[in-house]
Amino acid sequence: MENKVIITVVGKDTVGIIARICTYLAESGVNVLDITQTIVQGFFNMMMIVDINSSSRAFDDIQCDLEKLGDEIGVQIKAQKEDIFNAMHRL
Amino acid sequence: MVNLQEVLETNKMVEEQTLDVRTITIGISLLECIDSDLDKLNEKVYNRITTVAKDLDKVAKEIESDYGIPIVNRRISVTPIALIGGAACKKPEDFVTLAHTMDKAAAAVGANLIGGYSALVSKGMTTADELLIRSIPQALCETERVCSSVNLASTKTGINMDAVRLMGDILLQVADRSKDRDSVDCMKLVVFCNAPDDNPFMAGAFHGVTEADAIINVGVSGPGVVKKALEQVRGESFEVLCETIKKTAFKVTRVGQLVAQEASKRLNIPFGIIDLSLAPTPAIGDSVADILCEIGLEYAGAPGTTAALAMLNDQVKKGGVMASSYVGGLSGAFIPVSEDQGMINSVEAGAITLEKLEAMTCVCSVGLDMIAIPGDTPATTISGMIADEMALGMVNQKTTAARLIPVIGKGVGDTVEFGGLFGYAPIMPVNKFSCADFVNRQGRIPAPIHSFKN
Repeated sequence: MENKVIITVVGKDTVGIIARICTYLAESGVNVLDITQTIVQGFFNMMMIVDINSSSRAFDDIQCDLEKLGDEIGVQIKAQKEDIFNAMHRL
Repeated sequence: MVNLQEVLETNKMVEEQTLDVRTITIGISLLECIDSDLDKLNEKVYNRITTVAKDLDKVAKEIESDYGIPIVNRRISVTPIALIGGAACKKPEDFVTLAHTMDKAAAAVGANLIGGYSALVSKGMTTADELLIRSIPQALCETERVCSSVNLASTKTGINMDAVRLMGDILLQVADRSKDRDSVDCMKLVVFCNAPDDNPFMAGAFHGVTEADAIINVGVSGPGVVKKALEQVRGESFEVLCETIKKTAFKVTRVGQLVAQEASKRLNIPFGIIDLSLAPTPAIGDSVADILCEIGLEYAGAPGTTAALAMLNDQVKKGGVMASSYVGGLSGAFIPVSEDQGMINSVEAGAITLEKLEAMTCVCSVGLDMIAIPGDTPATTISGMIADEMALGMVNQKTTAARLIPVIGKGVGDTVEFGGLFGYAPIMPVNKFSCADFVNRQGRIPAPIHSFKN
């Protein structure tokens, strides 16, 4: 069964944001299902849909690690379970 | 699959438009605790509450983190204590021991507030009901988290004017006991007509006798989200306006439904209802009055306010009802004064009066809420204000309430600070003419003719 999590990244665009996040996800055994990104007025907006079902780390650890990684890169990274977006936007 | 725009929209609601789940409230039946021995009763009540609600705070935190949605309060409501303590309590002080027990139990499980220090007296008062009511001033003064409510009237039974008269007096006693803190304890006391059994909001939450052993009720909020959505449709027709409110209410309620289902699953307690109320806080942008201004009023209180509020309330319900499997509680727009910066602005600008607020309560979900009045207001005048509010609820077959704060030592022109989520309030003038001869009549006002439906 899939355990889908939405990772959002918002911040000033810079080189290597996706690379660093994907490296972390790969090392943690998190499978990336989909990536969308846009740049609005120099601001980087990205969303990843990932499956953490076979990850070596627990969801709250991933949340913490990503937040720290965001601080290092200078962007805000959030990980939330997918259900909240489905609840709000899908019938 | 969800797309980027939807994800950003949801997160913006939380981060910029103060969307939150206002409360997860566990309703707990205490009927099984009834005992004629006061010490045993207290022990059973404490154990029951701390057992059922032991994981409340932990689960609320988990859900917050999983979905990135703040859950502002964790609360507990219990069976009206007048029913629970009747067999053991022989004097008001006996009931106060139960208030202390509730307070301790709520603190032990990390609940912000606990409601149900209540009596249901819409037709008559039992000895226990009256003892509980007389114990309210001491109980609220000596506890921190306990909230009290009294149901004084209903469409089916009429208005218990003896209890209305008593409550005017009790409210002044509560005010007097906390006079060195701007009579702040009055915030924890509310009187109702047609009180719902499943309301998750304080101070009026209690676990009705029609309810199961334990139940999860969730209150959502989001005035800021509605306001923001309406900014996009300025000048558009009523049709567009209503559609926008409905869609927004739907989205907000879906979040509440998700949180309620998760909380119910993780706590292993059945899901009761979602309360669809728009509940403001003093935070800028989290105001129902601001929505009314966005709809087209210079200030809340201007002519047209009642119509605008009626429309808002109705659209919130229409949007919310489809988003949840069970809707209940109060479900509408709250119009407290002190907890809503836009409403405070209206009072300060002289745009809104007590009489206009009373009219607005005919079409919103509750009543005269968090209104500071002069401390020298006579008890009979307070009872008269309560009776008016009860009459609106009784005749219109809806819930109404009064949460008035007579601030001892202060008068019109002064301001009171309640702190935190409760905000501040300018003291509002009260009509000076007497209703003492009316209020001092004995007995009750009969139920209205349209209650005879059998």
